[in-house]
Amino acid sequence: MAYSQPHPRLSVLSNSSLSSVEHLSPTTSSRYSIPSAPSINTALGTNKQALSRPNIYDRNLNKPRVTDVSGAAFSFLFSEIVQYTQKRVSGINDLERRLNTLGYRIGTRVLELMVWRAESSSKTPKREIRLLPSLMSIHTQVWRAVFGKPADAIEKSVENADEYMIIDNDPSIERHISVPKDMSQLSCSSFTAGIVEAVLDGLGFPARVTAHNTPTAQFPTRTTILIKLEKSVLEREELLKQ
Amino acid sequence: MAIFGLWVINKAGGLVYQRNFADGLAQLTSNEYLVLAGTLHGIHAITSRLSPMGPSSGAQVIEGESFKMTILLTATGTKFVLLTSLAELSAESILQKVHEAYADAVMKNPFHTPEMPIRSEGFDLRISFLIGNGQM
Repeated sequence: MAYSQPHPRLSVLSNSSLSSVEHLSPTTSSRYSIPSAPSINTALGTNKQALSRPNIYDRNLNKPRVTDVSGAAFSFLFSEIVQYTQKRVSGINDLERRLNTLGYRIGTRVLELMVWRAESSSKTPKREIRLLPSLMSIHTQVWRAVFGKPADAIEKSVENADEYMIIDNDPSIERHISVPKDMSQLSCSSFTAGIVEAVLDGLGFPARVTAHNTPTAQFPTRTTILIKLEKSVLEREELLKQ
Repeated sequence: MAIFGLWVINKAGGLVYQRNFADGLAQLTSNEYLVLAGTLHGIHAITSRLSPMGPSSGAQVIEGESFKMTILLTATGTKFVLLTSLAELSAESILQKVHEAYADAVMKNPFHTPEMPIRSEGFDLRISFLIGNGQM
């Protein structure tokens, strides 16, 4: 029954869980279409311009000419994203879920590009099917691709076997954000959680990923990305061990 | 050498941030600070039109017997005012850094409403760090 409507995240894997169907709200699903047509049209229409300034899609995927984007420009953009989202939601949970969904769209692209860059040059390209190496690659490769540095720690929950945590001591997207006291549960790293969720989904490890503030005296913006894996993932891991 | 206080005045003349760092000036109520900031805004507007040589940036330093007031006007009309002792030489460079902190911790903060009072922990922290360092 989950297939009756298109999933906003275009994900087949998480359809099995009821929780992810909650993400689906008919009024917003049109926002998640990929707006590629206008940019292609402009490139065709104005040929001279296209020659002087090459289209981003014509660039070599393996050799990015500019590896870094301006941190200030991103901060302003992200600030506007949060303000825009905040105007359209009621409550902190809703805001976090929207940020998560926005991050999810980044994550699907990050995974595709990352796999392409890592495996296309390799002599024996392979697909990662084990959980721990996948989590490690998120901790190092994904973080390096998105934030330019690996995450600070990865931990397994002591209480629950299906929970893993990725810890960032100073998340760069939150560097300039001061959350007011009345919204203290809000973590803007829900955006990052969405990226992680998309990467895990894409690798075949459906999970619910959330972000939580876990400040310490030394790192006031320390954030924990909590990964709660679906039961099927753990069952498959058990089978693979044998 | 002492830094007494910092004000941030928005482009409409409202005081959006006020903080004291050292004793030495009379303690005022928040209402009096608002009135003073509005007055300074008006004086500044007048001084910017007094120049016989055409448009001027307005008053940059106002000196009294026991203190001076250094004013930094940004391109968007926000004013940063630093109240210091007469001997303080680093006021201008501190104001530049305050402007930088404002751009980072206030303007990039999605929970700040432009032209409204600044309630940002990040900005408070940056200012404490900055002025704490400035005093030596």
